[in-house]
Amino acid sequence: MNKALERIKNGVITENVTFVQVIAMCPVLAITTSVKNSIGMGIAATIVLIGSNFVISLLRNFIPDKVRIPSFIVIIASFVTILDFLMKGYAPTLYKALGIFIPLIVVNCLILGRAEAYASKNPPLLSVFDGIGQGLGFTLSLVIVGTIREIIGAGTFYGLQVLPNGYTPCAIIVSPPGAFLTLGILMAILSKIRLNKKISNKRISDYSGCEHCPNIGICHKA
Amino acid sequence: MLKAFQIIVSAILVNNYVLSRFLGICSFLGVSKKIETAKGMGIAVTFVMGLASIMSWLVFNFILKPLHIEYMYTIAFILVIAALVQFVEMVIKKKMPGLYKAFGIYLPLITTNCAILGAVIINMNENYNLFYSFLFAVCSGLGYLLAIVLLAGIRERMEFSDNMPEALKGLPISLITACLMSIAFSGFQGLVQ
Repeated sequence: MNKALERIKNGVITENVTFVQVIAMCPVLAITTSVKNSIGMGIAATIVLIGSNFVISLLRNFIPDKVRIPSFIVIIASFVTILDFLMKGYAPTLYKALGIFIPLIVVNCLILGRAEAYASKNPPLLSVFDGIGQGLGFTLSLVIVGTIREIIGAGTFYGLQVLPNGYTPCAIIVSPPGAFLTLGILMAILSKIRLNKKISNKRISDYSGCEHCPNIGICHKA
Repeated sequence: MLKAFQIIVSAILVNNYVLSRFLGICSFLGVSKKIETAKGMGIAVTFVMGLASIMSWLVFNFILKPLHIEYMYTIAFILVIAALVQFVEMVIKKKMPGLYKAFGIYLPLITTNCAILGAVIINMNENYNLFYSFLFAVCSGLGYLLAIVLLAGIRERMEFSDNMPEALKGLPISLITACLMSIAFSGFQGLVQ
């Protein structure tokens, strides 16, 4: 049980996908215009991640090493197809709002990254907890960015008005440039905190090429 | 003719692939430290995207549609792209070593790049025919090339700045630069209705 909790803490804080590993950036920038979309995207990715982690972990001793990446991709794509159907049926408005980013979960570096780094080496139950932890971490970071953008850009939180009527929403924050700006400032603040604590994260302070990318093994062998 | 022009302007400038659609962000921010590598990456993406759009159009219209399994598009397209990238890499390595040197090393990076799959899915959603699919994919690739080379140019110059706050170095300043570029590109908004 301790190990399971450790996995969840690891996913949410120690190895947070957006703020520590800095991968899977596309959805973080694209769909965080509102908290509702952020939560939807986070849950969708978490479901796929838990499913794929579980199946890949079960099959870890049967998949030949040479074709592992294509096999992982096919397993992930199957889960995404199922999710695609479910969302179309049960959450049509969310499905429309997230649009192309639902099928693009297939190439989300987080999911393939966890398959390679964790699920393919560890037993099923722990892999499921790893999926829950990483998924929660991803959802949390989406919600943080989404909250900031929705409050400043529309004056609302989850569709409810939180800022007084006199506040003029700063529309640029919910438009594409605002996504880059919000994430850029958040990263700068985090990097300042790390500097004060004298922890270095090369992934942020020297963001270049694939050197420090946790997924380097996937891209360069796929 | 007008539609073709619209697709070109919209894909390269108005709905720029990176700055307004947010596809291919990882490589956009990661491989943009030098203009030379940025150019290689941009050309590789454009090249694979053009080929992938043709292949996946054929697969969708001649395999998935007749069998009524259109819902399998994610699996089909990702396999087409993965196979294509491997194939292109092998051919270029054997037949065109010069070209391989220029952008071959970026090819493996591309399979898991959401830019390619994104373009193919947009083509499918928009119901483009073969020619428009190809045109859209190539122009999106050119839009990506434009954005990544511009960012690399700015980042190369920023290297010489001594008084940048330590906390902004690396990723934060790249994101803020991308924000300013995105604002500039949103100036094209009125070009296409």
